[in-house]
Amino acid sequence: MTNIRDWVNSGTPWVWMIAGAVSLSLFMVFGVLALTAARGLVYFWPKDIAELHYTDQTHQEIRLIGEIHGSEEVPLSRLTSAGVDVDTDKDPVARFLLKTGNRDVLGTDFRWLIEPNISQQAYPEGLIILERREWGNAYGYLTAVKEDGLIVARGEDAWPAFQERIERVSQLHERIRDIEKDEIGAINHGLEQLRLEERRLELAGDKDTKKRATIEKERSRLQEAYGELEQELTRLYTDSNRDNYTLEIMDGREIDLPIAKVVRAFRPNAMGTSAKVLHYVAKIWEFVSDEPREANTEGGIFPAIFGTVLMVIIMSIIVTPLGVVAAVYLREYAKQGFTTQLIRIAVNNLAGVPSIVYGLFGLGFFVYFLGGSIDQIFYPEALPAPTFGTGGILWASLTLAILTLPVVIVATEEGLSRIPRSIREGSLALGATKFETLWRTVIPMSSPAIMTGLILAVARAAGEVAPLMLVGVVKLAPSMPLDTNAPFLHLDRKFMHLGFHVYDVGFQSPNVEAARPLVYATALLLVVVIVVLNLAAIAIRNHLREKYRNLES
Amino acid sequence: MNNKAPDSARASNLKSDTYLRWRLIKDAIASRVVGIGGMSVIIFIALIFFYLAYVVLPLFKWATIEQLTSYSLANNSGQTVHLAMEEQTEIAVRFSDDGQVTFFRAQSGALIQQTRIVVESADVTSFGAADPSQALVGYGLSDGTAIVFKHHYRVTFPDGKRVITPEIRYPLSETAIEIDDEGQPLTKLALQDNEEEATIAATTADHRLILVHLLKETSFLDDSVTLERSLVTLPQPSHPVDYILIDKNQSNLYAIAENGEITSYDISDKEEPRFVERIRVVPNGASITAIKFLTGDISILVGDSSGSVTQWSLVRGEDNISRLTRIRDFNENTAPIAAIAPEYARKGYLTADKNGHIGIFHTTAHRTLLVDKTSNTALDHIAVSPRANAMLTHGHNGEITFWRIDNEHPEVSWSSLWGKVWYENYSEPAYIWQSSSASDDFEPKFSLVPITFGTLKAAFYAMLIAIPLALFGALYTAQFMAPRMRRTVKPSIEIMEALPTVILGFLAGLWLAPYVEKHLPGVFAILIILPVGILLAAYTWSLMPRSVRLRVPDGWEAALLLPVIIFIIWVSVTLSPALEAFLFGGDIRLWLTNEMGVGFDQRNAIVVGIAMGFAVIPTIFSIAEDAVFGVPKHLVQGSLALGATPWQTMIRVVLLTASPGIFSAIMIGLGRAVGETMIVLMATGNTPVMDFSPFEGLRTLSANIAVELPESEVDSTHFRILFLAGLVLFLFTFFVNTLAELVRQRLRKKYSTL
Repeated sequence: MTNIRDWVNSGTPWVWMIAGAVSLSLFMVFGVLALTAARGLVYFWPKDIAELHYTDQTHQEIRLIGEIHGSEEVPLSRLTSAGVDVDTDKDPVARFLLKTGNRDVLGTDFRWLIEPNISQQAYPEGLIILERREWGNAYGYLTAVKEDGLIVARGEDAWPAFQERIERVSQLHERIRDIEKDEIGAINHGLEQLRLEERRLELAGDKDTKKRATIEKERSRLQEAYGELEQELTRLYTDSNRDNYTLEIMDGREIDLPIAKVVRAFRPNAMGTSAKVLHYVAKIWEFVSDEPREANTEGGIFPAIFGTVLMVIIMSIIVTPLGVVAAVYLREYAKQGFTTQLIRIAVNNLAGVPSIVYGLFGLGFFVYFLGGSIDQIFYPEALPAPTFGTGGILWASLTLAILTLPVVIVATEEGLSRIPRSIREGSLALGATKFETLWRTVIPMSSPAIMTGLILAVARAAGEVAPLMLVGVVKLAPSMPLDTNAPFLHLDRKFMHLGFHVYDVGFQSPNVEAARPLVYATALLLVVVIVVLNLAAIAIRNHLREKYRNLES
Repeated sequence: MNNKAPDSARASNLKSDTYLRWRLIKDAIASRVVGIGGMSVIIFIALIFFYLAYVVLPLFKWATIEQLTSYSLANNSGQTVHLAMEEQTEIAVRFSDDGQVTFFRAQSGALIQQTRIVVESADVTSFGAADPSQALVGYGLSDGTAIVFKHHYRVTFPDGKRVITPEIRYPLSETAIEIDDEGQPLTKLALQDNEEEATIAATTADHRLILVHLLKETSFLDDSVTLERSLVTLPQPSHPVDYILIDKNQSNLYAIAENGEITSYDISDKEEPRFVERIRVVPNGASITAIKFLTGDISILVGDSSGSVTQWSLVRGEDNISRLTRIRDFNENTAPIAAIAPEYARKGYLTADKNGHIGIFHTTAHRTLLVDKTSNTALDHIAVSPRANAMLTHGHNGEITFWRIDNEHPEVSWSSLWGKVWYENYSEPAYIWQSSSASDDFEPKFSLVPITFGTLKAAFYAMLIAIPLALFGALYTAQFMAPRMRRTVKPSIEIMEALPTVILGFLAGLWLAPYVEKHLPGVFAILIILPVGILLAAYTWSLMPRSVRLRVPDGWEAALLLPVIIFIIWVSVTLSPALEAFLFGGDIRLWLTNEMGVGFDQRNAIVVGIAMGFAVIPTIFSIAEDAVFGVPKHLVQGSLALGATPWQTMIRVVLLTASPGIFSAIMIGLGRAVGETMIVLMATGNTPVMDFSPFEGLRTLSANIAVELPESEVDSTHFRILFLAGLVLFLFTFFVNTLAELVRQRLRKKYSTL
């Protein structure tokens, strides 16, 4: 094979070329997965904080404190043409992106540094990171802890005192959250129900004073309860605002900040590997179990996970029976001919219709037409505020159910077609009716195929965003679709969704740069869920094939 | 004992009878339910289509009008010079040529209030009206003064019911304003007024054309307004002046003669008005019979004695001077146009002619929505309500008729959606999508061409990447790949298909776009180095000693190439800055703009092509791989047995046999690329430009829906056009998928005979 002409004539080079296409495709798949994983996973790892001495554009040496977020190489010419003064022979020049935090004091979160201008770089153990409820992270040295304005600890003692007080404040905060979200939420829900009840009476022309009196009584009871909660809240707030801490930030200023706003404080430079691992796990737990802070750019994504899961469950409840029945009709009942041909083409078409068109249909037909009619008939008291006449989790689930219907139909049909004739004939010969044959033998045997279809449908639904943007997904839902207020499941509520979260925080957020790691983490979670679901579907399918291969022989 | 046995047998028989019946009923029910369920799938797809069509259809409806009442006003004096109606279509107003203002019920003609505006010492000699939404009118008097006033409608809600009270307000002064210093009667009058200033133009009995400018100065102490008056006499036009028009910016004045000549002046500087041009706007022999501004006061509608209406708009020429240019004709009427009434908020207008025809038109859409003969007598005036849902016509015999108009969506026509349209303020017809703006006078530009173009452009670049990769990959996987490797490759590609497009869009927009921008020369280098590198690697492999080559069995080439590809990509990207410095002077973006004259957007068609190509590869790959794998083995073996190399077999036998399946795979991939939303939404700048350059952004139909639908008002024209965009997408994918499916079924039939 050393003769190059022979080699070319044999066609081998072309085989290699098309093999390259497979390799490139594989490289792309695993590249995307690896990229998402790498970017998503490092987000939780505590990064060391650097203290730098840096010569800025006015030739003054300043101290900078922050996390180094990224670096790149820039041609020297581009820097000089941008008016940056660099004193180096190196080309290209390395640039670092430093997250300096302290947005409330410094104004910006990030800053680009040119490597030659950094004169000193150190990682002192005393540096702390503060995750806060407002204004993003803060970095600096803790100098003192104050109670009611008086210093209670300073220097080395400040750190344990500080941790203790953060613990106390977070307990208070937990209680505040409970009151604000759950208890006051329940009261507001009750008041709203009373208002609607009153309006309902008004619309019905019911002038029964007794009923009105009951409503009034109930209302004053709720308002009284509200007053009490309000008092408790005020007390809790004053309580939590008791403590302050003093932070020395990078420009040397010492600033007093409330401990009430601190979520977590830690000293990454002083942490050992095991402490970092613990921190990492805690952060991941916070990410999946906590609510978002700061316009979704910090904190967790629990509401989005919850919304996605609930929507997918409702969708599965709708799509499974519909899809299975349709497939059974096509395979078992319908006479194979023009009609079934037409339906198969229709199903395949349905699978190819762009998802945004489903969104349009969902918005127009479900939300405005069906929802609007439901409001007219069942919720006239709430009008003009729409109940079902606006996007909500029910309509989103329904829209996705039609969108994923073809997936379930195709998978189920495939499963049905794999069941050997002999099994049906055996059952029929024993005197079972067609329905009994189906119900007792065919469907149970094809249940793995139905499962496969459902899993694929769920995977598709969990990742679909475009139609949801039209029928009920929001960036921040004030209340979850499932809560402790009767009737518990609120199908008319708007909800949050992982995929939309990625789009919204990644592209619509005011502070995209700061939010980006969180978006990668969200994307990773979504990818993991979907890859796992798909692998499960593939495994079930393979298992199924093996099983029937034995039956057929 | 003897009796007992048959009894129990009968009982059990009976029991099994009912049981059997029950089983049969269940069976029947099940078959019904299943039948209904199966049909519901067809119903669903039909429902999607019909629902979209149902939302879209009203766009193409013609206007309809319905005559409600007809009456003559009591206590009339003089001739009608102007009619108008308020927003709720309850009250209308008539102005007569002797200064009488009559408010009356629009639907019954019952009088509400009648006043005579004019002072005793002078007679009314002329009338003028500003643009209709201002409700500002004026009478020119015989002593060279003018009275300027507004008809205003106060809305109150005593006892929860709406009551509208008409009143007359004087925005400038309650007394007559001196226009002509010489006290000559004013024969024609035109006026405009806004917060800061008012402009009044008039001709006098001795044929001077004068312009009065009133600057409003509000006193700081008591909010009282004093007017600072200045006057200039405009250069005399060489023709008689029968109409005067001033636009609402008070910067252009047109003096119009009945014979069709228009002299235009630039009056932005009130001290020094400037003559701009004189043009003729009607053909020889015809004369102007009605002339009005279209809403926004940029275009003039000229109605002539032949029944045509022409739209003349200010178009900026190369010398940067705006000149009146004829941009559209409507030739539906045959009799002289008696009156033109522009709509208040849309670029539409109504006409009445001397034969009793009423016409409803829309300029941007170039659409005649209605021409109807409504009476045998000539019509003199026509007035439209601010919401364009009612009108009044005034016959030559003094009879007033009230009409309801149903004309929801005049803005849409085939030409406005798919053709080049000459919009106001544009120097030539163009394809533009610009659906909304802050201003009321905005002319919506609903051309679907730029976004359809964007859709096809995105799909083209995606297919450019996806087709070679997916098809080659499918051919190799189905024919040459070792079964063990195939078992891992297929699921990997399936996972690729399952990746949410929102993630791909996010990575494309936030990671790939900046990356490609930074390593552009490297990205192009990959295109060249990669194929060469693969061939080189293959050749090197063939030179390896047998012992090494035998260690890897046939069908693992793809795995061997994986490190090669990673290495090549790494090299290309690393070399990128050097390449950029060497070939493009250090900055390829600058080089593209300066040397090639191409703009560069960070989120451009290359990024979309790669990201959407990624999304489409698995779709094409799976179907094509199935088609290739399904080629009967005896064909392949036969070919190989005849001495063909595997590659020859591949090209001449397998590819040919599987080509319908491959075609169907490409079609389905195309359908997916056209309809994909999230990737294009996130990876393009969503700019509806028409440029095929790979370095520029685009906007697609689907992204357009996602961006604009949440903000559009339900059932508005914009809303319905977005549904139309959805319908276009639906029909396109429907067509493509049906084609693919038919081809595939034919293929299946063919194989079954082989």
